[in-house]
Amino acid sequence: MNLKAAGVGFRYGQGPWVLRDMDLEVEPGAVVGLSGPSGRGKTTFARVLAGYETPLEGKVTLDEGPLPRGGYSPVQLVFQHPERAVNPRWRLSDTLTEGWDVDESLLGALGVDPAWLDRYPNELSGGELQRFCVARALSPQTRFLIADEMTTMLDAVTQAQLWRVVMDAVKERGLGAVVISHEKPLIDKVCDRVVYMS
Amino acid sequence: MNDAIARPDSERETDPMLDVRNLSVSFMQYAFGLHQRVFTPIIGLDAEVYPGEVLAIVGSSGSGKSLLAHAVLGILPSNARVRGEIVFRGETLSPERQAALRGREIALVPQSVNFLDPLMHVDKQVRLGVRNGRAEQSQREVFERYHLSEKAGRFFPFQLSGGMARRVLVASAVIAGASLVIADEPTPGLHPEVVKETLGHLRELADEGKAVVLITHDIDAALDIADRIAVFYAGTTVEIAPVADFLGDGTALKHPYTRALWEALPSNGFKPIAGSQPPLDALPEGCLFEPRCCCATGECKDSRPSARRRRRRMVRCLNPLDAGRGEV
Repeated sequence: MNLKAAGVGFRYGQGPWVLRDMDLEVEPGAVVGLSGPSGRGKTTFARVLAGYETPLEGKVTLDEGPLPRGGYSPVQLVFQHPERAVNPRWRLSDTLTEGWDVDESLLGALGVDPAWLDRYPNELSGGELQRFCVARALSPQTRFLIADEMTTMLDAVTQAQLWRVVMDAVKERGLGAVVISHEKPLIDKVCDRVVYMS
Repeated sequence: MNDAIARPDSERETDPMLDVRNLSVSFMQYAFGLHQRVFTPIIGLDAEVYPGEVLAIVGSSGSGKSLLAHAVLGILPSNARVRGEIVFRGETLSPERQAALRGREIALVPQSVNFLDPLMHVDKQVRLGVRNGRAEQSQREVFERYHLSEKAGRFFPFQLSGGMARRVLVASAVIAGASLVIADEPTPGLHPEVVKETLGHLRELADEGKAVVLITHDIDAALDIADRIAVFYAGTTVEIAPVADFLGDGTALKHPYTRALWEALPSNGFKPIAGSQPPLDALPEGCLFEPRCCCATGECKDSRPSARRRRRRMVRCLNPLDAGRGEV
């Protein structure tokens, strides 16, 4: 039932290796922190874990098998910059329902105002957009969430709000999570254990 | 409790570098063919920053922090309407004056890496900030200052890591020698040491006599380098207080939203409050924070508080919290 990276290596084109021999195993209901200085490949690793990139060495497996290549992925990635993760020409209602029919209670818990649904991304703030990205990623089919600096751009109240929703999913349905963050107080608060990339 | 700290009247009454008074910004939007709707995301913003000072602006996202920066620089989208007054060095900022000053006297360290030209090498982009003299030389110096290698200069923005991109953005703002630097979330996602260094450079600029506005969600960053902190909520300034008020147990803070923000910090309890900022087409008639406030009274439902100022402090609340006590 685990999300597992074994001996993962990755580089872009013929460039230098960004990742080498990376191992990580996350079980359902576990929250694993990933920390380290910038430029050490944390974001690349997040993309590999979520299936956006195929590792050149080693492999990423879910339940001992490969990540599914099509359809809704059970491993969802929430990016640091929500404005780069939504289609700028779509209304937010379309972005929100791209993957699943998001229920209203989740939107309520995330503090999404129904009035935002008609708007385009450039009319919302990063914090407002990120609530949509979290809602979009938390389908019942999602088994693992990779949060790459998910609340780095947000104010403290919104940060606490989004993490309460994610941590509820961790507790209630055994969502596993990988948390990439530079903020030690946040890592200390939500993670069971921390992997340091140096 | 801060009154106990001896603060002789050293707050010389110099003129502010930037003085924003009762600023509002509206956007016109087309809905259903030719029907227009107007949104007003900024309702009443006040902020002033003096030479030699770092004013941090913190607040919920969507509270108007970035729009304030864009309004000061005159780079709002064309469907925006601005009311209120923005005064720079004692003179009102007109669109013409903004165009002449931005990038020279007033510089922005932007919030998003999207502000970089994706198709231009970063060393060339940074050189664009120098309009006279030795652009290449200045760029090399500023790269050295921010620990950017010559090789990094030949990168396109997408090749930069988050931390490197951030340093490039800081470098491109600082290179022109502006006297007002507005840094819009200059440090998110950076390693603590890099954050410290970047903030240190902003503090340095203030100590050189420049005025620095640090827009951030990160109160810890603000506490490190700011002199005063302005807290924004739903397009209004709810409180401006010296950094000392934010230290300790937070009970020196007078506005309930400021207190909630303090309590939501991971190191202070990680306690969220429900809901979100009010939707712009259904703003409460009274105080904008009333629907989420711990301590609202009937009066708060009916009337909007105005800003009460005392020296360089401000609070916009009908029932400000007492120092040292949790409730009114």
